[in-house]
Amino acid sequence: MTMLAPVAARWLLAGEWRAGPLRMGIAVLAIAVGVALGFAVHLVNSAALGSFGRAMASVQGRADLAVRATMPTGMDELIYPRLARLPGVAAASPVVEVAASWGQLARPGAAPRTGGRFTLLGTDVLRAMHVTPGLIGFSPGGLSGVGTRPGWQEGIIWLSPELARATGLKVGATFRFTAAGRPLALRVAGQLAASGDEARLAVIDIAEAQDLLGQIGRLQRVDLKLAEGADVAATTARIAAVLPADAMVATPEGEASRADALSRAYRVNLGMLALVALLTGGFLVWSAQSLSVARRRPQFALLAVLGLSRRGLVTQLLIEGLLLGVAGAVLGVVLGHALADLAVRNFGGDLGGGYFAGAQARLAFPALAALGFGALGLATALAGSLVPALSAARVPPALALKGLGDGVDPTRRPPAWPGLVLLSAGTGLALAPPLFGLPILAYIGMALLLAGGVALMPALARALLAPLAQAGSRYLPLDLAIRRLWGAPQAASVALSGIVASTALMVAMAVMVASFRQSVDDWLVAVLPSDLYLHLEAAEAGGITPADQARLAAVPGVAAARLQRVMSIRLQPGQPAVALMAQGGFAAVPLIGHSAGAPPAGHVPVLISEPMAWLYGWQVGDRRQLAIGGRQTPVFVAGVWRDYARQFGAIILPLADYRRITGDLSMTDAAFDLAPGADAKAVQAALAAQLPPAVRGQAQFGRPGEMRRVALQIFDRSFAVTYALEAIAILIGLVGVATSFSAQVLARMREFGMLRHVGVQKRQLLVMLALEGAGLGLVGAAAGIALGLGLALVLVDIVNPQSFHWTMDLALPWPLLAGLAAALVACAAGTAVVAGRRALGAGPVLAVRADW
Amino acid sequence: MRPDLPSATAAPAAITAPAVLAAHALAKSVPLANGQRRALFAGVDLVLTAGDVVAITGESGVGKSTLLNILAGLDAPDAGTVIINGQAIAGLDEAATTALRCRAIGFVFQAFHVLPHLDLARNIALPLVLAGSAQAPALDAARAMLDRVGLGGRGGDHPAVLSGGELQRVAIARALVHRPPLVLADEPTGNLDPETARRILDLLLASADAAGSAVLIVTHSEQVAAAARRTLRLSNDGLAAARPA
Repeated sequence: MTMLAPVAARWLLAGEWRAGPLRMGIAVLAIAVGVALGFAVHLVNSAALGSFGRAMASVQGRADLAVRATMPTGMDELIYPRLARLPGVAAASPVVEVAASWGQLARPGAAPRTGGRFTLLGTDVLRAMHVTPGLIGFSPGGLSGVGTRPGWQEGIIWLSPELARATGLKVGATFRFTAAGRPLALRVAGQLAASGDEARLAVIDIAEAQDLLGQIGRLQRVDLKLAEGADVAATTARIAAVLPADAMVATPEGEASRADALSRAYRVNLGMLALVALLTGGFLVWSAQSLSVARRRPQFALLAVLGLSRRGLVTQLLIEGLLLGVAGAVLGVVLGHALADLAVRNFGGDLGGGYFAGAQARLAFPALAALGFGALGLATALAGSLVPALSAARVPPALALKGLGDGVDPTRRPPAWPGLVLLSAGTGLALAPPLFGLPILAYIGMALLLAGGVALMPALARALLAPLAQAGSRYLPLDLAIRRLWGAPQAASVALSGIVASTALMVAMAVMVASFRQSVDDWLVAVLPSDLYLHLEAAEAGGITPADQARLAAVPGVAAARLQRVMSIRLQPGQPAVALMAQGGFAAVPLIGHSAGAPPAGHVPVLISEPMAWLYGWQVGDRRQLAIGGRQTPVFVAGVWRDYARQFGAIILPLADYRRITGDLSMTDAAFDLAPGADAKAVQAALAAQLPPAVRGQAQFGRPGEMRRVALQIFDRSFAVTYALEAIAILIGLVGVATSFSAQVLARMREFGMLRHVGVQKRQLLVMLALEGAGLGLVGAAAGIALGLGLALVLVDIVNPQSFHWTMDLALPWPLLAGLAAALVACAAGTAVVAGRRALGAGPVLAVRADW
Repeated sequence: MRPDLPSATAAPAAITAPAVLAAHALAKSVPLANGQRRALFAGVDLVLTAGDVVAITGESGVGKSTLLNILAGLDAPDAGTVIINGQAIAGLDEAATTALRCRAIGFVFQAFHVLPHLDLARNIALPLVLAGSAQAPALDAARAMLDRVGLGGRGGDHPAVLSGGELQRVAIARALVHRPPLVLADEPTGNLDPETARRILDLLLASADAAGSAVLIVTHSEQVAAAARRTLRLSNDGLAAARPA
């Protein structure tokens, strides 16, 4: 028969699954874990991104287009009538938008919060009706924001359903909150018509908002409805032409891409990690199938003699791989959905990464993605089966039936060139520039490096063991072990590949995280030189007034106070906002480059963060324009500093210049140096007492030690998923080591039986196996760690700068690496002994008589 | 010991029946470590007709098993032709050779070679299902063969519980279940005690007779050689009729 007969295929498959259910189960599990991780990460990401995008759209009210102020201090409201008159614009709705908060805000690592943040909008009901009807309030009992015009009443507020839920406020209740540094108390009139379920949002009348929030004559945004059939591009261009320096056009697509850009690198990196787990699963299938094929070689030979063609044999083995893959894929998709559900419930949509504040993630079941990840698992399993299947089909059946031709030939030298070719191709790709702003080529390079390292193993093992094999040993078990490892490196390489792959990935991740953590720790020490810090949450629209600032500075025990005004500023539509930090005197920041000369006349000296330099192409010594306070201000880039806090860029400029340009005298942050002998706790209490009541709920005090601790805690939490993925990769690798070792030991039962017949003791055999295992573990760990360090360099020096636009210093966690190597050696030796005991338990007579 | 007329003596007495196996001028050599080749045999002519039972003896290393492999299409000769059931092997690709083997040849080995994870009935039915037979008739035929080799009712047992003699009975049943015109046996009694060997040999010959199959046995055993209708001796120069000891 040319093709495999179905009945024969079924019998052979059933027999194989009965013969090794554990091995098959582990291979299925390996695929399932890979698929599950990939699918879960995808689900969580899309859920988070989806809900974040919906929340953003709700705040925007789903206008066709919007003109936004680049800074939270807003733009001149005179822009509104000019926009409303433009051809192509059917209606315009002016909006005041400020960040606001109620109750006591959460502090990382501190007491549970009793409040939260929300977005406060001021709208003109009659205008908003035509442009953003979702932002119209409705009251129970026919009291609508439109018909009876309660929107013109003073002192009322409309809440989004999610905000009403979060605050627990009913219609008629009084909502006390803080916005723009002012305490406000408004009566809840009802809920917003259609603001979605996810956004925390409240709307008041625009005139009242300008008055209450100190925004007279200012707007943060103008929502636009385009005329029916208007040319969007042309209208957008006309709008852009009339905009002042501190405003820009925001399209819904731009806003969506901004939401995407926020966490894109983080998501891609998590996705890649999940694929790494899948890759490890593929290795495991390959190793399981290779060993199973090696063990069954005589059986295949018999089948070939009886009438199974080579193609039939390959088909048979591929069907096995297919079944493994299908089982793994289905299990993986189910597991992945459960995992994602668990993760979203416990960590939120950003898995602790902190990208989607204030959006509730909702999990869906996207059939297409499920199919896609399932297919990926299936492809991995098939690929893992194909190589062993082809190698099995190449062996002449007459030879295999005699127990020959299984590839163990000590005189044959394993080739080194495939590994070397893969390694050099991998290195080339790893050094390539980013693709679509992401380190995709670097990741492919890493995969090639990994494959190259694994492919090089037989040749490397042989080279490493050559001196030992030549010297030999008088201790029989050691001599036998060395000769076996040296003489059959291909056989050993199957077990080795698992060790090398998982060790390398593990080491790469561990070194990257350790380097990052060390760099963040060093950075924290550098950026926190003062004794006490004050930060106001949700205070972009305004914080502490000059009078209060003076009171704070005069608190006994305070030697010096450095004030800071922090806000976000939009430099490009479709890009996340950049942090603008106006500081009293240049604070100590870890500079990685600075200009020697003084700033040119008329230029404000600024420091930019590393991501800012990367994302916007600004360099030390550049002269640039910055839109602050309604006009373009010439700035001079005096230096670049390392910043891990703001991934999308930050600009520091002198507070005096900021105040001169904008007239904004408020502050949101302060650093206090204490007088000698002053008690930090007492000073903090005194400072808190001097804070105006309105901002007390937003105020967060921190001492450097505590802030460092909390920051590192957050760091560890956001890397928790990474640690989890890493642990799973290690586990898969170790299970692979265990299964491949035990399978190899079982396959050599006849050899052991023969050795016992010629007088080798059982104990000596076990020692020999333990030494073989330890030797393999050692070679694997050494190669894995070397390869892992190479991969870590790619992660640290290429993937991270390309993803997050910051650099870090390499730090090697030596104790961890040493422990890892020791664990691997012990695990490999232990598995070999356990498997050996099982194999030798049956006795030497049976072993020699065994048919296969 | 050199035979006078090897090809003539290797030819069957009666050439009238259609040939199940016809080999002509087969030659085979193996490569040596120094790059040269060592000739195993040359000029091998052999014809088997239905019902024939031929034993091939010879010293170790002369290439008896290699000859068997060549006759089965598992190895290629350096020269010469093999025709099985009227079909020349030389022109066939791997798939066609396999199909021919599946249809026309049954095998019995020295080391029984049964699949440990299939029960006896399935082991025996393998040649049938590999040829595309449905499960039920294949298993029925396998059970009938089990009855014939004296293992009736044990179709559900697994090979692990069987003795060497019983395993070889299973192998014989498997070799004959699809009624092949030709059975090739390589030292079929090599792993068995003399008494069991005698009974297994009788069973093989009787079963082959019942199935109408020609049998070619490669063996060292004089007992086996004596049971064959013809005994040939393989040497470097080819096949020749062996003198009875």
